[in-house]
Amino acid sequence: MPFIPHTDQDIQEMLDTIGVKNIETLFDEIPDELRPAPLDEIPSGVSEMVLTREMAERAKADGGMLSFIGAGAYEHHIPAAVWDIAARGEFYTAYTPYQAEASQGTLQLIYEYQSMMASLMAMDISNASLYDGATALAEAILMAVRLAKKKGKSIILMPKTIHPYYRDTVKTIVSQQAIELLDVPYSKSSGQIDLKALDSLYSQDAAALVIPQPNFFGVLEEVDALTDWAHEKNILSIAVVNPTAMALLKPPGQWGNQGVDIACGEGQPLGVPVSSGGPYYGFLCCKKAHVRQMPGRIVGRTVDSDGKTGFVLTLQAREQHIRRAKATSNICTNQGLMVTASTIYMSLLGPQGLRDVALTSHENAKQLKAALTAISGIEQVFKSPFFNELVLRISKPVDDVLAALASQHIQGGFALQAVYPELGNCLLICATETKTKEDISRLANAMQEICSNSSRFAASI
Amino acid sequence: MSNIPKELNYTKTHEWIRKDGDLLVVGITDHAQTMLGDLVYVELTGLESHVENGQECGVLESVKAAADIYSPVAGEVVEVNETVVENPQLINDDPYGRGWLLRIRPFDKDMPGLLSSDDYSKVVASEAH
Repeated sequence: MPFIPHTDQDIQEMLDTIGVKNIETLFDEIPDELRPAPLDEIPSGVSEMVLTREMAERAKADGGMLSFIGAGAYEHHIPAAVWDIAARGEFYTAYTPYQAEASQGTLQLIYEYQSMMASLMAMDISNASLYDGATALAEAILMAVRLAKKKGKSIILMPKTIHPYYRDTVKTIVSQQAIELLDVPYSKSSGQIDLKALDSLYSQDAAALVIPQPNFFGVLEEVDALTDWAHEKNILSIAVVNPTAMALLKPPGQWGNQGVDIACGEGQPLGVPVSSGGPYYGFLCCKKAHVRQMPGRIVGRTVDSDGKTGFVLTLQAREQHIRRAKATSNICTNQGLMVTASTIYMSLLGPQGLRDVALTSHENAKQLKAALTAISGIEQVFKSPFFNELVLRISKPVDDVLAALASQHIQGGFALQAVYPELGNCLLICATETKTKEDISRLANAMQEICSNSSRFAASI
Repeated sequence: MSNIPKELNYTKTHEWIRKDGDLLVVGITDHAQTMLGDLVYVELTGLESHVENGQECGVLESVKAAADIYSPVAGEVVEVNETVVENPQLINDDPYGRGWLLRIRPFDKDMPGLLSSDDYSKVVASEAH
């Protein structure tokens, strides 16, 4: 039964009332070529049992892979307790409740999340989360433009070392506004933002500089110098960071002499499993002075009339249910369930545990580099410090190498050619704490074979 | 009934205007501050900015609402009340005195469209329905 409350008789009565013969007539004004063609190519359905069997068979094709792909989503060990607790009925909702203050437990959880995230980033304030890392960066840029209050257009300095998908998303979101995104090139040798080029790109219209850490190539940027550069030029600085890395590296609130103005990024590494396209979540933190321009919800702690601690949604005058068209953002919710998992994840690991995860990931990435660059025909492209991933140049076509590895149930990394044509034979490869010595040896042995044995390699393509 | 001093002029958007030599002092009315409730944040346009008649020249935020401040005339902002930015509660305590917001130098001597206290009383009364 479809969940439509109208009976055929109801529908006929409504049609008679407005003097229309049938429902189809209501769509007459839409030209025929825009109407959907008949869907008779789609076969009739199969039973749930048959479908489940079919999907299980197909899942085998890409299941059980040993993955060395990072490139913005990171496979970390998630303690079993995380999703066991997150999936409890009390938490299992993705939504901020409408009558928010009636749900004190949810608000307390978000408050704890904000406290942890602000602490991890060394920033004053965190919001209750956003949609994902890429949109969090777009929101951070819109926020910076509001803060900068430029007359006319605002220029955002966007290094090419930022995740290319983030750059695309930002372009989509800000392109209809008086905002110009200016590419900042990277050094071909270090893989870092080219500081000299940055100097030459500066103009009076510049509103903000975005600083990735680590950058898309896994390389660590010179964040202190970049943050200070931005402040000297009197423009805002926006950090876009891997949160796990911030447990090991200097957090954005401490970069340079004053710290960055806004820090954002993808929250997935903190307890959210990698999956194709999410759901993930974005985080956004800022200095207290900027909070009125922050997008999204913010939970605050207060006391009630009896002096008991309670939690409320605060600073709501920024939001669209009050400010309407002048709201800081049309983001009016948060990724509640993902944030729940992250908060439990961070609680279970604690600062030291998170640091251990980051350090082990880094150690494994170093081992990965050593094992792979020992193979003739493979070299590290950027000679710079890195966190948990790095770029390798391979003497064989990367797509073929990846296909050969896939046939051995190894996902060997992210081919850079599609997004960086100048890095045609380059592979972005990652190791987290989930990779063992044996895993790395298995990859290295397979690579060794692929790179040396041209006949076998030729056969596999 | 809220306090609507006879000697001031008003706008439909609940600003009051006091002539001060060549300049105009602008604030929000007692009625407006009552409706907004306890003010917690004030943002005012920058010094020397030029505003049009009816253009936004600031934002007020209370514990339950946010409202824009509209310039009653075209002119240049020559002074902003930094004291209310630091202490927004002054607007609630003394809306026609220490709670003033902007001092504007009007471009024209003629300022059509400003309401008298009687006209403004009618605006307030009509909103009560």
